[in-house]
Amino acid sequence: MEFIHSFSQILLGTCIDVLPIIILIIGFQFLVLRQPIAHISRLIVGGVYVVIGLALFLAGLEKALFPLGNIMATQLSDPAFIYGTDKIVMDTDWKAYGWVYLFAAMIGFATTIAEPSLIAVAYKASEVSAGIISQWGLRITVALGVAFGISLGTFRIITGTPLYQYILAGYMIVIVQTIFAPKNIIPLAYDSGGVTTSTVTVPLVAALGLGLAATVPGRNPALDGFGLIAFASLCPIITVMGYAQLMHWFTKHKTKSREKSNAL
Amino acid sequence: MIISIIVKKLKNAVTDLLPIVLVIAFFQIFVLKQPLPQMGEVIFGTLLVVAGLSLFVQGLEMGLFPIGEAMAHALAKKGSIFWLLFFAFTLGFSTTVAEPALLAVTAEAAEIASKSGLINPGKESLNQYAFGLRITVAFSVGLAILIGVMRIIRGWPIHYLIISGYVVVMLMSIIAPKEIIGLAYDAGGVTTSTITVPLVAALGVGLASSIKGRSPLVDGFGLIAFASLLPIIFVMGYGLVMFG
Repeated sequence: MEFIHSFSQILLGTCIDVLPIIILIIGFQFLVLRQPIAHISRLIVGGVYVVIGLALFLAGLEKALFPLGNIMATQLSDPAFIYGTDKIVMDTDWKAYGWVYLFAAMIGFATTIAEPSLIAVAYKASEVSAGIISQWGLRITVALGVAFGISLGTFRIITGTPLYQYILAGYMIVIVQTIFAPKNIIPLAYDSGGVTTSTVTVPLVAALGLGLAATVPGRNPALDGFGLIAFASLCPIITVMGYAQLMHWFTKHKTKSREKSNAL
Repeated sequence: MIISIIVKKLKNAVTDLLPIVLVIAFFQIFVLKQPLPQMGEVIFGTLLVVAGLSLFVQGLEMGLFPIGEAMAHALAKKGSIFWLLFFAFTLGFSTTVAEPALLAVTAEAAEIASKSGLINPGKESLNQYAFGLRITVAFSVGLAILIGVMRIIRGWPIHYLIISGYVVVMLMSIIAPKEIIGLAYDAGGVTTSTITVPLVAALGVGLASSIKGRSPLVDGFGLIAFASLLPIIFVMGYGLVMFG
């Protein structure tokens, strides 16, 4: 009973999310385009699938994964677990947080693989590139970026270093990469920064950030808890361009050596 | 036929979720060494997630992608830049302004600002601050989609625009109040919801494939990138205006 209540709440929320889109599309159809839509019934069924599917997905996450993720984030960042004693630790030793970095990286990777927005963009990218960009290739590359980003973000919270320095360094890397990366991957790489962080990743990662900022001595959750999402949006841009550069270099190298052997 | 499609979709969804299950199981069993609390609930929830993800992906292929592309084609055929840009802005603004993630973030931001003594701790000024922040972010997302669509029409290379955006972010980070920077960086990530992203991606790709001389891969992507960058600039700007 309680579940039905929470599910209908989520379903309602998803409907409200879709409402502006429906109004906009219908408004444009009737007032501006003035044309009937082709395959209208199929589109409506598809739209209903999206709404119900997303609501089920969110309800399941709230029931199973979020509570677990929250508990684990708090347990792993608990000083009693990290330092193995109940003593109050005054100094923070960033090397003691090994499990936290590993957990951050693994949960970042795993949630990104399950992220519906990324599935959608990878699907489109593979379709548009006629399969040259594989769905799994893109998703794994982005997930590795998020894994590294979240891990680095927890390191920042633990050491208490200023966020903007990391972001500025990240921007510098992106700018340099943009100069050298193959031109057709650049828009997709920039996009992959924005799609990684939505329904699955944000709640789990936010819990980890706030949990850490609350338990690490000398950190203020209000100031230090933010910023993990920023890392998760920046690092995939770097890994996607890096992967494309690597592939580009690899194929060039291969053709060159083939030309050489042909010449001989 | 239908059954084999359903089985395939379910199988894909299980593959998508497997990493999360493995990570949580690994940490529970080997690191924290504790039994999973409420095993039944967890299994039930995971089944819901699998069913939901399969249904969502099926709906993407049937509904969201085709409608996005159909709108893009129809608007491009109509040939009115005004209506195209109007559609782009409204799509960005209206899907962002009521976004639950944004509501949560702005409420929290107002809380932080009042604790740091930047705004009055009264309820009215809190709500006003959060509302202003929400409108700012929604406006910036609308403007971002508009600029992105303009770029597709004109065929501007994306990196000039994005890199100039980065330079603006860097310069503003130096002068913006410290309390707003973390929030501003995060705001870029939370604005684009799971329903907006596929629609916007389909819009970009559809537009790029119906305008002569544009490549769907090079010109069709990039709308989401603008929607993640512009809110950072606008939220820092909001901080500067509010706290001077």
